[in-house]
Formats: sequence, structure tokens, C-alpha cells
Amino acid sequence: MDGIHDMGGMDGFGPIPIEQDEPIFHSPWEGRVWALNTALGAIGNWNVDAGRYLLEQMDPALYLGSSYYQRWLYRTEDILVAHDMVSRAEIETPPELRDTVKQGTPLGIDEVLARRRADRSARVDEDIAAKFTAGEKIRARNIHPKGHTRIPRYVRGKAGVIDRDHGVFIFPDTHAVFAGQKPQHLYSVSFTARAIWGDDASAVDKVYVDMWDDYLEPDLELGLEPDLERGA
Amino acid sequence: MSDHPDHSHLSDTDLRVRALESLLTDKGLVDPDALDAIVDTYENKVGPRNGARVVARAWVDPDYKQWLLRDGTAAIDSLGYVSTQGADIVVLENTAQVHNLTVCTLCSCYPWAVLGLPPAWYKSFPFRARAVKDPRGVLAEFGQAIAEDVEVRVWDSTAEVRYLVLPERPMGTDGLDEAALVDLVTRNSMIGTDRLDGSIT
Repeated sequence: MDGIHDMGGMDGFGPIPIEQDEPIFHSPWEGRVWALNTALGAIGNWNVDAGRYLLEQMDPALYLGSSYYQRWLYRTEDILVAHDMVSRAEIETPPELRDTVKQGTPLGIDEVLARRRADRSARVDEDIAAKFTAGEKIRARNIHPKGHTRIPRYVRGKAGVIDRDHGVFIFPDTHAVFAGQKPQHLYSVSFTARAIWGDDASAVDKVYVDMWDDYLEPDLELGLEPDLERGA
Repeated sequence: MSDHPDHSHLSDTDLRVRALESLLTDKGLVDPDALDAIVDTYENKVGPRNGARVVARAWVDPDYKQWLLRDGTAAIDSLGYVSTQGADIVVLENTAQVHNLTVCTLCSCYPWAVLGLPPAWYKSFPFRARAVKDPRGVLAEFGQAIAEDVEVRVWDSTAEVRYLVLPERPMGTDGLDEAALVDLVTRNSMIGTDRLDGSIT
């Protein structure tokens, strides 16, 4: 989706808030939100792509007006409700007025960490042919999926070069909605700064973006130009 | 989906987090002791010191450096930094001609296993927005002036691959052993916003 989260290239957010001697968590509740996410994720009812997709669907004004861990909190509430683990009413009811029934035994720390390690890579061990090879010229497809996607807006339609093939990985667009892993090759694709941002950009700088086969097409620019020159 | 209260006061958020944790504990979905242990891990055990050890090893051991650049995940695992994060790691070498900078424009992907949790600026909107379009302007805000003929490569972490920058070994450190070199490696140098050449970190 072309959402507020897709920020690459936007202006107007001001200077970067660099903080000296920054604590890991600025307040204890941030650590609790972080830990809740880790522990709940280990239960295995969703995956990282589904979690990101929920963040992306947050109201844009709320997204911009919230801190990083506030967004995580709201996302955690949303995903728990989406998976029928708690209800919105339970979240909004003050603890002293709740009559909660215990549903089971939670995962202990050893089990949480063991599950996180077991699920440690989005790499898929399947022998799937690559559509592109390192050094090949490609173009990022000009696509605007309505759902979750990891192709940033700033790179769509731009010409680049395959830098390296990372191997076969889970495809986030389908995984986010539990529609299968659709495993395919993932590449690092390099784009010149000028190909993306125009001639005012540095002549030597590059931007590298990780992209799956489904985001790429062969670069047909060279085949199209003669037709245009003939004034078709 | 966006049925959240329209407020951003931290005290309200604090209460909301406490209420959620209490609800989830009462339901038997989370164990508060496990939450304590997770917080402790990221506050005290996982952090940029891990990455600094990887960098220092690469500076003193050419074979390790080659392995690290070829297969960062395996070379980092060999030092015992088993990730609790589902991601492969690719290491990017800075040279006199190339400066690497990492960002995640779509969220805030970051190599937790070797750097711990990211600083707030890495997760901030201005960094996510501008790193890909104006990396030299971003680096200037960190006190880093990159010569015009040095190629700046920005790596947008859009997949489950995490990037770690291998900074250049500072001049005049030939006499230092590996342990002393670890102390020279800053977190920001492994993100790419510091060059270890005496500028601010």
C-alpha cells in the first residue's frame, strides 16, 4: 500500500534528532512493549510481515503523532484483536473492572528464545531458479499493490543493476496476509542516485534496495527508444 | 484498526501498557518473568559491543575479514552472537573510495544481534526520509563531511537481510591489540554515520 510508512525521499521532517548518551529505553514502558512483542510473537499466531502490515494500516495522523514504541503498542493491541486473543472491550476496560479467565500457560523465557532462534531466517531452503543474475540490468516494476509490499515508492519504475543474489526468501506481500510464502530470489539491486533523484544528485552515489523477483522486470528501455525516435 | 485514543501523553501510554500487560498476564498469554528477562537481555547483554568485536577481529585477522565479507551471517555466528532475530547479515566494507550508510525507509530494520536495539534517531522520520535522497546532508548532521569523489552507498533494508558497516581501521592504531581496537569502534561507525577519523560520534 502507498502508505505513510513509505518515507524514503520525503522532505519536511526537520533535522535528525541525535541524542548523546541515549538510554536503551527512554521509559520502562518502552521496554515492556518491546518484551510483550517478543513474547507474543513467539506464540506463532502471526509473522513479521503481518505485523508490519498492521503498522502500515494505522491512521496516518496517529502514525505521525506517535513515538516508535507507541506505534508498537497500538500495533500489538490491533494484532491481538485481529487474532481473537483479546477483545477491544477487554483492552479498554480498566483492570479493576475486568473479570478475566485464564486461558493457558504462557511461554517461559527459554521457550520464547528457543522459538525465536528456530525461526531465525526468512531464507527458504528450496531450489528455485533465479530470474536475474548479478550484473544484469533491470527495472523496478511500476506497481502499486493495495496490500503489504516492500518495494518503496521512490524506486518504482527506475532502472538499476542486480548487485548480488541473496538466495531464496519468503515473499512478504503474500506472507503478510497468510497467503503463502511464495518463495523466490531476493537481490540487492543498485540504482544510481541520479536514476532515482535526477541530475541534481551526486554523480557517484548509489542506493541499494533489497528486491524480490516479483518486483523486477528486464530493462526494456533500450528496446523502446528507437520507436520513440521514429515518431511513432 | 485505528481505534486508539487520540493522545500521546507518556503517562497515558504508561498506564495503557500496564493495563495490557496485566490483561495478557491474567489470560495466561505472557509470563512477566519472561518479559523481565527479555528487557534485561536488550538492556544489558546485546549491544554494539558485539558488533565492535566483529569489526576488531576483521581488522586484525585478514582471513576472518574475507569470511565476514563473503558470509557475514556465518562469520558473526562463529563469535557466538546467535541472533534472536530472523535475519541474515551482510557486511559492507568502507574504503578510501566507498562509504556505506544503512537505513530502513519502510520501518526500522536494524541488525539487533550485533548492534542491539537502534537509537531513536535511526527510527526517526527525518532519517528514514532523507538517508536515501540526501545521504551527504544526513552525514553532515553527524559531523561527517564526505569528499565529492568518494562514493556514498546507501543500503535500504527492505528485506530480512541486515547490513553492518565494516568501518576503516583508523590511522595510527598499528600498535593496538584486538581488545584495545574494540574500544575504538562506535555504534554509529557500524551504521555508517561515523568514520572513526576523529570526528564526533
